[in-house]
Amino acid sequence: MSRPLINAGFLPLLDSVLLVLAHEMGFAEKEGLGLALSRETSWANIRDRAALGHFDIALMLAPMPLAASLGITPLATPMIAPVMAGLGNNAITVSADLWQKMEDAGAPGDLAAGPAGKALAQVVRTSPRKLRFGVVHQTSSHNYELRYWLAASGIRPDRDVEIVVLPPPLLPEALGSGGLDGYCVGEPWNSVGVVHHQARIATIKASIWQWSPDKLIGMRGDWARRHPDIVASIIRAIYRAGLWLQAPENRMPAAEIMARPPYLNLPVDIVVRALAGHIDSGARTLSVPDYFIPHDGAANFPWKSHALWYYSQMVRWGEVEASPDNAEKAAATFRPDLYRAALRPLGIPVPLEDYRKDGDQPAAHEIAASNGGMMLGPNRFFDGTIFDPAKLDAYIAGQKAD
Amino acid sequence: MPGPDLSILIIDENRIRASIIEEGLREAGHARVAVIHDVNEVGRTIQDTMPDVVFIDLENPKRDTLEHFFSLSRAIQRPIAMFVDRSDTGMIEKAVEAGVSAYVVDGLKKERVKPILDMAISRFNAFSRLTRELEQARSALEERKIVEQAKGILMKTRGLSESDAYALLRSTAMNQNRRLIDIAQSLITAANLLDP
Repeated sequence: MSRPLINAGFLPLLDSVLLVLAHEMGFAEKEGLGLALSRETSWANIRDRAALGHFDIALMLAPMPLAASLGITPLATPMIAPVMAGLGNNAITVSADLWQKMEDAGAPGDLAAGPAGKALAQVVRTSPRKLRFGVVHQTSSHNYELRYWLAASGIRPDRDVEIVVLPPPLLPEALGSGGLDGYCVGEPWNSVGVVHHQARIATIKASIWQWSPDKLIGMRGDWARRHPDIVASIIRAIYRAGLWLQAPENRMPAAEIMARPPYLNLPVDIVVRALAGHIDSGARTLSVPDYFIPHDGAANFPWKSHALWYYSQMVRWGEVEASPDNAEKAAATFRPDLYRAALRPLGIPVPLEDYRKDGDQPAAHEIAASNGGMMLGPNRFFDGTIFDPAKLDAYIAGQKAD
Repeated sequence: MPGPDLSILIIDENRIRASIIEEGLREAGHARVAVIHDVNEVGRTIQDTMPDVVFIDLENPKRDTLEHFFSLSRAIQRPIAMFVDRSDTGMIEKAVEAGVSAYVVDGLKKERVKPILDMAISRFNAFSRLTRELEQARSALEERKIVEQAKGILMKTRGLSESDAYALLRSTAMNQNRRLIDIAQSLITAANLLDP
């Protein structure tokens, strides 16, 4: 039988690195798969082409398959996520002008979410006009992350500021031309803002919610049902790409691949920053080893509790009704069962549970796993809140939206 | 035509394509057609024209921006959903393949929208065909120029006649199992390197 060729869509983002490495480094080939990668111009196109079957799989924002399965997107073909594309990897960047005001209001410039948010809240209170922030898609990790940070800092996202949507590559220029005061986006588009538009990185996802999910490999549920062996091969190829990239010596070679014209088409010295964990905020360079985590801490494992956290944010911002049925649909989108089954032949440790708490672990800690235990990373939210999936209703009820 | 004429908005950064679609819709009897080239103008245009149907090309990176705008205006204005009818995947597929996506005001009857969608899809396809043909013509012309230049180099350096120069290029291409244009291009590159 000839090798199946899988059509895979992606956006020019560093988060596509595991998909790209699966292709470029032969991890897909080793699994008997060919990957035909297509760079897209918008998340809307990724969503529609995945729904219509032009793409078999695609790099997606973590909330995207949930939105599809919950029926709140056009086309609304139910999607599943059997493997995550790593943890972390985005940031909140502000204009030089806004940063100056935040600094005057006491922002220390250490990328920590708490003090930066506090300073921003003070600027927002005294600003003569509404500040405008950009995110990349409505049902995006960035939208919820930005809103979480704002709300926990005492800023009402729908009243005190304006949030608009622009695709990642257009955000830096929109900031540079004064159309935006800040944005939340994956790399390298924060660093591009710093290099070309004197922007400052105010805080990072790794500080807002440590070791948290952002992107995944999504696909149609019915396609996955029809092709279980291909899905297992995709999971293993992404897993192997993550394992390879976790090694520090492979970060630079990966950056060189990602910098090429078909992927990011940017200078390698910008691309490598997030991969190496050397973040130039515009004011100084900080070492952030957990800026992006491609493998460690079960970084590719699709926790159903993470699906539920994103669901809780969709409810919070009025995009979906809270109901047991919707919560079940959201949780069913993430498929740890497929992940475990695909990796079983490798004999490596995989979490035994589908759900976990988040926000309760300030340090690395061990959990139960097949083939012995395994280490997970810290998982704190910067405001100290704990997300317990067993108490979802209470968490939702306790959230402030306004 | 049953009911009042529908208001249609076309968003396309490609001005030529936008005007081709606009013309098609006007010829089909739609008088209320507006065209903009930048999504940023959409707020004002929607207020002015109250469109029932909105088209946007799929190459446009600001589709997400447009959809977000629709979701914001849902509460204050008229709901705009994507495509005519979720059940009509055949139509949606044809549209996406043609490179266009359509948004339609909620509650509009499918039979009223279908001819408009059909028109836009066929004009999008016609435009792609034209562009492809133009591209082919352009590259054929480019190739001819390169072969001419390569022949010139051979005539000058080896003292060959034009037809002998061409014959040499052709036989080399055949012997090496490569395209004539590739041999010509290599020759020009080599000549530039040796004789800057």
